[in-house]
Amino acid sequence: MSEVMLKIENLHVTAEGTEILRGINLEVGAGEVHAIMGPNGAGKSTLSNVLSGRPGYEITAGSISYFGEDLAALEPEERAAKGIFLGFQYPVEIPGVAAMSFLKTAINAQRKLRGEEELDARGVMTLVQGEAKKLNIGADMLKRSINVGFSGGEKKRNEILQMAVLQPKLAILDETDSGLDVDALKLVGEGVTALRAPDRAMIVITHYQRLLDYIVPDFVHVLAKGRIVRSGGAELARELDQLGYGDLAKVPAA
Amino acid sequence: MAASQDTIEKAEALGESYKHGFVTEIESEFAPKGLNEDIVRYISARKNEPEWMLDWRLRAYRRWCEMEEPQWAKVDFPQIDYQDAYYYAAPKGYDDRPKSLDEVDPELLETYEKLGIPLAEQAMLAGVAVDAVFDSVSVVTTFKDKLEEVGVIFCSISEAVQEHPELVRKYLGSVVPYSDNFHATLNSAVFSDGTFVYVPEGVRCPMELSTYFRINAQHTGQFERTLIIADKGSYVSYLEGCTAPMRDENQLHAAVVELVVLDDAEIKYSTVQNWYPGDKEGRGGIYNFVTKRGACRGRNSKISWTQVETGSAVTWKYPSCILQGDNSVGEFFSIAITNNRQQADTGTKMIHLGRNTKSRIIAKGISAGHSQSTYRGLVSVHPKAEGARNHTQCDSLLIGDECGAHTVPYIEVKNPSAQIEHEATTSKLSEEQLFYCRQRGLDAEAAVALLVNGFCKEVLQKLPMEFAVEAQKLVGVSLEGSVG
Ligand SMILES: Nc1ncnc2c1ncn2[C@@H]1O[C@H](COP(=O)(O)OP(=O)(O)O)[C@@H](O)[C@H]1O
Ligand SMILES: [Mg+2]
Repeated sequence: MSEVMLKIENLHVTAEGTEILRGINLEVGAGEVHAIMGPNGAGKSTLSNVLSGRPGYEITAGSISYFGEDLAALEPEERAAKGIFLGFQYPVEIPGVAAMSFLKTAINAQRKLRGEEELDARGVMTLVQGEAKKLNIGADMLKRSINVGFSGGEKKRNEILQMAVLQPKLAILDETDSGLDVDALKLVGEGVTALRAPDRAMIVITHYQRLLDYIVPDFVHVLAKGRIVRSGGAELARELDQLGYGDLAKVPAA
Repeated sequence: MAASQDTIEKAEALGESYKHGFVTEIESEFAPKGLNEDIVRYISARKNEPEWMLDWRLRAYRRWCEMEEPQWAKVDFPQIDYQDAYYYAAPKGYDDRPKSLDEVDPELLETYEKLGIPLAEQAMLAGVAVDAVFDSVSVVTTFKDKLEEVGVIFCSISEAVQEHPELVRKYLGSVVPYSDNFHATLNSAVFSDGTFVYVPEGVRCPMELSTYFRINAQHTGQFERTLIIADKGSYVSYLEGCTAPMRDENQLHAAVVELVVLDDAEIKYSTVQNWYPGDKEGRGGIYNFVTKRGACRGRNSKISWTQVETGSAVTWKYPSCILQGDNSVGEFFSIAITNNRQQADTGTKMIHLGRNTKSRIIAKGISAGHSQSTYRGLVSVHPKAEGARNHTQCDSLLIGDECGAHTVPYIEVKNPSAQIEHEATTSKLSEEQLFYCRQRGLDAEAAVALLVNGFCKEVLQKLPMEFAVEAQKLVGVSLEGSVG
C-alpha cells in the first residue's frame, strides 16, 4: 500500500442521540480511489460529513487520522485548507454570489490559511476558465449565482469544477452521480478521472455501479447500517449491481 | 442680533479650561451645556449669520419647545436629556478656514487617515471632492476650483448662508419645514454646519461629491444640515459617509437633508452610515434620528437614495421622495444591518402627486445578535397621480434566534389607476450555506460576510464604485461575532 493518507479506526458517530456510524475501519492511501456503496440510510453522507467537519455530529469512539493528524481537532475550513474536499450530494444555493467570485474567495481563503500568497483576479480567472472548459461550463454559468437555478447536472459539474480548481489531496464525492442524465454522467465521470493523481486520493460514494464505469475504483466497500460489511476490488461493484444490497446488509461485520 | 454677554463669557471660559480634545488633541470651543434661546443666538452669532437666519432658527426653537418626542418607532432607549448636551463645538481657530490641505492641522488629517480617509491622496486618486466636516465646522474643501469652472457650488452651509443667501433662503426648509418633526425642528434651531450643493441648469457635475461627517467631541450632539439643489437638466451624485469613535455614553445625531430636483434633473444620494453602534451589551452608541427628504419638483426629475446602515445604537430614518413633477421617479435602495443590541427603524416614503410618477423600493434588512430591525414604508398615491406605479421588495435575513425583523408597509391609494406591488421575504442564514462555505475554506466570519453580501447584492450594485468596496467590507466587519 502507498503512503497512508487517511486512517479511520473503529469510528462511532451519533447525531441527535442516535448512533449512525457503528465502528468504521478504513485506510486510504495516496493515489487510491475507494468507492463506498450502500443502501439509503446506511450512513454514507454521515461519514463524508464527519470527515469534512460538519457540525451536529458527535464522535463517541474511535479516531480519524489524516496525514497522522487528528482530524476531529480541526475546523472545517482548516481541513479544507489541508486538502479535504467534499463534493456535496445536495449543493446549496448561494444567492447573489457568482460561481467565479465564490471560487476566488475560496482559493484565497485556503491560501491564506496555508500561509501562501493570494492569487490575483487574473490568476484565478485563468485557472477557473481553463478547468471550466474541460467540464463544458460556459462563462455565463460562472457569472450566475452559485447553484441558483442550476440544473442537477450543472450543480454537480460545478462541484467538480470546484474540486479541479481547489486541487484537494483527499476528495470525497457524495453521490455525485445522482440526478445526472447519461451525458452529464459521462462528463462528470471523465472529469473526475482526469483528476486522479498519485498524490491525490478519492472516496467516491455512490448508489450505483454506473459512475464506476468511468471512475474505476481500486477498492470498493459496502456500507450498511453504519458498518463496512464487505470490501473488495472493482468487481465487487458489478456483483452488487446484479445482486443488490439485500443479502449484504445481513452479513455481520468481519 | 448678538448672543447675550453672559453666554459668550461662559463659552470662552469653557474654551480655556478645555485643554485637550478627547480623541484628537485639538482644542475645541463649546457653547455652554444645554439648550435655550441664548444658545441658539450664540450659534448664530458665532457664524455671523444674517438676521433672517437667526429668526428662522428661533422660530424653530420656539416650535420645538412645544413639541413632544415621537414614540411610534419600534425602538426602545432611555429618555434623552436634551439639556445635558453641548450644541456647539468647533475646533479652535477654524473660523478662518484653511485654503489648502497644507494649512490643515496635521493631527486632524491623521484622524481622517485612521478613519480610512487619507484626504489628500484619496481625493486626488478617486477624483472625489471632499468637504470634511469636523465636529460642527467644515474644515476643508478640495476640488473647489474644478467645480467652480462649471458653476457647481459645493461648500459648507454656513458659507452658503454668507455667499449665496438668495439660494439658501429660497430652498432651505422648502422640503423639510422647520416645524416638520421633533428632531428636524431641533436641527433647524441649532444646526451647526453641513453641506450645500447647487448644480446649475444643464450641468452634469464632473465628479462625485462626498462629505465625511464625524463626531469627535464628547457630549456633543451633531446637527448637520444638507441642502442640494439640482437645477433643470442637471445631474449630481453625492456620497455621505459617517463614522464616530467609540464612547461609553450615547450621543445624539439629528441631521436634516433636503434635496430639490427641477425639470429633467437627477440627484443620486448615497450614504454609508457607520456610527458607533455601542458595545455587545448595548452600552454607548449613536442615536441616529435623521430626516432625509427629496422633492422631485420638475417633470422627469429623479431622486435615488441608496443607503448602507450598519452603525448607530438606534436608527430612525426614512429617506423619502415627494414626486410632484409629472413622470418623476423616486428610488430607495437600502441595506440595514443590526447586530448585538442595535435597533433600526428605517424605510422610506414615496409620495406620488404627479402623473405617471414611478417609485421603486428595495430594502434588505439583516439582523443578528439581539438586535431588532424594522422596515417601515409608506407608498401614497394622491388623487391626481394618474398612472402612478410602485414596486416594493423587502427582504429580511435573520442570523441566529434572538434577533427580530419586522415589516410595516403602509399603502394609501387614492387614484384607481395606480399599480402597487409589494413583495416581502424573511429567511434565516442557513447552516447548510455556512457549512458549504466553510468546507471550501472560508472561516465562519468570512462565510457570513460572503453570504450577506450576496443577499444585499442588488443594493450594493447601486452604490458608486468608491463606496461599493468599502460597503462590502463594512458588511463583514459589522457582523463580526454573529456566528460561532
Ligand atoms: N443530523 C442527523 N440527525 C439525526 N439523524 C440523522 C442525521 N443525519 C443522518 N441521520 C440519520 O442517519 C442515517 C444515515 O443517514 P445518511 O448518512 O444520510 O445515509 P446515506 O447517505 O447512506 O443515505 C439515516 O437514518 C438518517 O436519517
Ligand atoms: Mg447520502
